[in-house]
Amino acid sequence: MDELLAPVKALLGPAFPLVWTMVKIVGILAPLMLCVAYLTFWERKVIGWMQVRIGPNRVGPWGLLQPIADGIKLFLKEIVFPTKADKPLFVIAPIMALAPALAVWAVVPFSDGWVLANIDAGVLFVLAIGSVGVYGVIIAGWASNSKYPFLGAMRAAAQMVSYEVSMGLALITVLMVSNSLNLTAIVNGQAEGRFADMGLSVFSWNWLPLLPMFVVYLISGVAETNRAPFDVVEGESEIVAGHMVEYSGMAFALFFLAEYANMILVAAMTSLFFLGGWLSPVGFIPDGFHWFALKMSAILFFFLWIRATFPRYRYDQVMRLGWKVFVPLTLVWILVVGVWMMSPLTIWN
Amino acid sequence: MIEFKTLLFYLFSAVLVLAALRVITARNPVHAVLFLVLAFFNAAGLWMLLQAEFLAITLVMVYVGAVMVLFLFVVMMLDINVERLRQGFWSYLPLGALIALLMVGEMSLVLGSGYFGAEAFPGSQVTADASNTKELARVMFTDYFFPFELASIILLVAVIVAVMLTLRKRPGNKAMHSSEQIAVQRNDRIRMVKMAVEVDAPAAKGE
Repeated sequence: MDELLAPVKALLGPAFPLVWTMVKIVGILAPLMLCVAYLTFWERKVIGWMQVRIGPNRVGPWGLLQPIADGIKLFLKEIVFPTKADKPLFVIAPIMALAPALAVWAVVPFSDGWVLANIDAGVLFVLAIGSVGVYGVIIAGWASNSKYPFLGAMRAAAQMVSYEVSMGLALITVLMVSNSLNLTAIVNGQAEGRFADMGLSVFSWNWLPLLPMFVVYLISGVAETNRAPFDVVEGESEIVAGHMVEYSGMAFALFFLAEYANMILVAAMTSLFFLGGWLSPVGFIPDGFHWFALKMSAILFFFLWIRATFPRYRYDQVMRLGWKVFVPLTLVWILVVGVWMMSPLTIWN
Repeated sequence: MIEFKTLLFYLFSAVLVLAALRVITARNPVHAVLFLVLAFFNAAGLWMLLQAEFLAITLVMVYVGAVMVLFLFVVMMLDINVERLRQGFWSYLPLGALIALLMVGEMSLVLGSGYFGAEAFPGSQVTADASNTKELARVMFTDYFFPFELASIILLVAVIVAVMLTLRKRPGNKAMHSSEQIAVQRNDRIRMVKMAVEVDAPAAKGE
């Protein structure tokens, strides 16, 4: 690789690191956007099959060009500004929703060493940038100067702050057992242990010893991305579409892209923290990016599955689950893991 | 040629100062809060330049991600009349200026004296590639263990007090209890009644 790049390096001189980083960013974002587009298609197909329908099948073979057609349609539509909207904030809001969802991918390792920025405090970075995403929703709700968007913004603020708490507390146990905040180190830490030595690395991943935290993290992830059954922020039957009511065209599409990019991100994070990232479940098959992709796809399918299965939570039930069930559960489990690590029965050393 | 880092420092500082100024001059309180968010973000950038990445990321996570969201939540629902708030600006100015001067003086004393320099603290002589977070945790849970625990207890007390102050027990409150709702049995809701079949008496003929 270095030999191949040598002439490019000589040509660009000091600007090479900048250009090379840009190339890497495009290399991450372009496939990501493609995944987002086809995740929407896959969602419609899966939910269609679950409801004994066919789903989109008109545009292209098996309907495969449907997301492209949707994108072109949204791109060509006019963006309507409500009369008394706060125009600068109205424009910034969708950008604020999408930008954090993309920025977090900088620290996601796709395989051993395949990472844009291998920073020490990777987990903190993910939590910090992830928590900024809520501003897009709140600003959209306020800037629209309309009732339903405002209600959506209120709900979004309360819900996302609540579930960040349980998400962060669930991650503390992961940090405790892996003794690092670096995402690559967290994955590599899951490759060690008694079962991994027997060639069954699947049982040494964090999901088994931290099973309650795995469940809490996954469900909080669904709530954090405002997906069904926690989609009270949009709640079509109550507040039409929440913060997105007044948006049209590409501005609306950005919110849509942000939601799906966040879904893929939560899937990636869950597989890194609890499902061993790119590690192979058994010893005789090599590790690699394909395992990471497979685990992410399974979690994304789970997201679509629960959307087709469960009715929407009532708003007070969402809050109750976050504060009265998940937070106490995670606090107790942190204590359990702490005692377990210090006891002679520890499996992490 | 100036270093790239220096350029970044001036960029962050300029945006920080401008945003902070707009916080107190913006007419709309929601705009003021959003400018405060921008100020926090740039302060985090400055800390990042000082290689204090743990502090920088925590600032974004705690203040931008949680505190300011709740702040915005409250400010959005208030109907604040900025004009009335600005009345009496000149009469309050001397007191405000005095407090500001006092703070500047204190800060220069703290920063200028050697008490809080990098040399004054044990464990600060770490190499640049050491994990900032790990070093901080090591100092916090060894040398500064009791102050740290004390601070967290004070915060916990504040949390409990805030909940107690706003908790109202009203008579006739119809709050739902999910555990009771889930534990409900069929017999709690339905009562099966046995009764004789009622037959409409056929209308008498010939009326």
